[in-house]
Amino acid sequence: MRSKPSVRTRPSRVPTARLALRFLALGYLALLLGIPVVLVFINAFQDGVAAAWNAVTTPEAQHAFYLTMVMVVVAVPLNTIFGVLCALAVVRQRFRGRALLNAMVDLPFAVSPVVVGLALLLVYGRRDGWVGEWFAERGIQVIFSTPGMILATMFVSLPFVVREVIPVLREIGTEQEQAAATLGAGAFQTFFRVTLPAVRWGVAYGVVLTTARALGEFGAVSVVSGKLSGRTETATLFVENRFQRFDATGAYAASVVLALLALATLLAMNLIKPKEARG
Amino acid sequence: MAYLSIVALIPLAAVLFKSLDGGLDSFWTAVSSDQAVAALRLTLITSVIVVLINAVAGTLIAWVLVRDEFPGKGFVNSLIDLPFALPTIVAGLTLLAFYGPDSPVGVNLAFTKVSVVVALLFVTLPFVVRAVQPVLLELDTEMEEAAESLGAGKATVFRRIILPNLAPAILAGGGLAFARAVGEFGSLVLITGNIPFDTQAASVFIFAQVESDNPIGASAVSVVLLVIALLVLLFFGWLSKRALRHEE
Repeated sequence: MRSKPSVRTRPSRVPTARLALRFLALGYLALLLGIPVVLVFINAFQDGVAAAWNAVTTPEAQHAFYLTMVMVVVAVPLNTIFGVLCALAVVRQRFRGRALLNAMVDLPFAVSPVVVGLALLLVYGRRDGWVGEWFAERGIQVIFSTPGMILATMFVSLPFVVREVIPVLREIGTEQEQAAATLGAGAFQTFFRVTLPAVRWGVAYGVVLTTARALGEFGAVSVVSGKLSGRTETATLFVENRFQRFDATGAYAASVVLALLALATLLAMNLIKPKEARG
Repeated sequence: MAYLSIVALIPLAAVLFKSLDGGLDSFWTAVSSDQAVAALRLTLITSVIVVLINAVAGTLIAWVLVRDEFPGKGFVNSLIDLPFALPTIVAGLTLLAFYGPDSPVGVNLAFTKVSVVVALLFVTLPFVVRAVQPVLLELDTEMEEAAESLGAGKATVFRRIILPNLAPAILAGGGLAFARAVGEFGSLVLITGNIPFDTQAASVFIFAQVESDNPIGASAVSVVLLVIALLVLLFFGWLSKRALRHEE
């Protein structure tokens, strides 16, 4: 135990150290996060608001944003239903492989998006895929088409709702559910009248995270889409395409739209978080 | 369970099978090709650097956000999650705007190994901060005050009291950041230039193999990447548990 009396005799040093730390932390954040993000907004509008607006309202851009919306509209509800059911199974039921299921749900977090795309290619691809031919014979093209891209989006955004709902379910316990059951409520009634309202903010938070991920997925969708401009190009692929074709305004303008959606997500997260804590 | 299988498990199994399609020999040939080794090495080295920087910077940011008071703190706090919300391709473009050839401050990192590190730092920023923050909030200041009244300096208090308490959280956050860094793709596409043997990370290498119609090679490197990510997650989970037990 070495003692340092010098610190105690000079208390004025403490605020200085605190200021230095604050400056370091905020400086790091500004250089890595703040300034670059602001710059994207500036770059998008460097040729004027009209140019930026025109860049994101071309037919290709409109189709890209439409396709991204399709991804969200299909993947988010499916993953939400799965997430709630899966969380219920993990928390409320006892069965073999429960721990395994719990661990498996996190798998998409550990897998590179490119590997996700490759994996889907190897199952649903027409030439290499295990079941690609079966689908092709029935006139369904999965890879290089919307179904494959939806599958990719579902894969990468799978864990969010499960992860948010599990702790809330653990927290609320089973007392109210048991009370409802003794009062004669069936399993469905108990779920919709007691369980679901209790976990609603957890579900909402998970939905927001799922939506953000679905909107922004790039790697997995990139592999399975074939990047056909105006056909299988989502908003994130559109950004890359515009950039590679030296259309900086288009790339930055579309990025601004996506960044605004990300900021809206942050806002929603901050609105939901305190409610979730209160239950 | 069926949903999980269709969406995630069966496709991943397909990658494993494909990687062994030509036997163990072709798996090994694919993984040990010069370009694959260079890509894997770059990914591992940059990921380690990124985790180390994150451990320091993340802890610092968490400390400032919990223990310090300044105007706009709530705003900064909610901004931390932005890298999670921002699409990775936009993250890449964002960094390119500031650290690219048209940089307003003249710092051009594009197409260098440093750009790989910067991109990975951006996308992994929230992990350590968000892991450490709640622990720091819970941490009683009584212990620190007691230590200080016994004559311990600020540095000693940090090293002997705060750091041991935060270690499990730093390790847990570091593990997640590493797993994310190893697999990152979107933010690297634009800024690194993907030059083989130089700035091509493993995920980008896999993408190039898929594009050039080499599914076996792509699968083999994918399996390596998957195994690394899982091992690291398990290892950091184990370290973090050990640190917790040590504390008790």
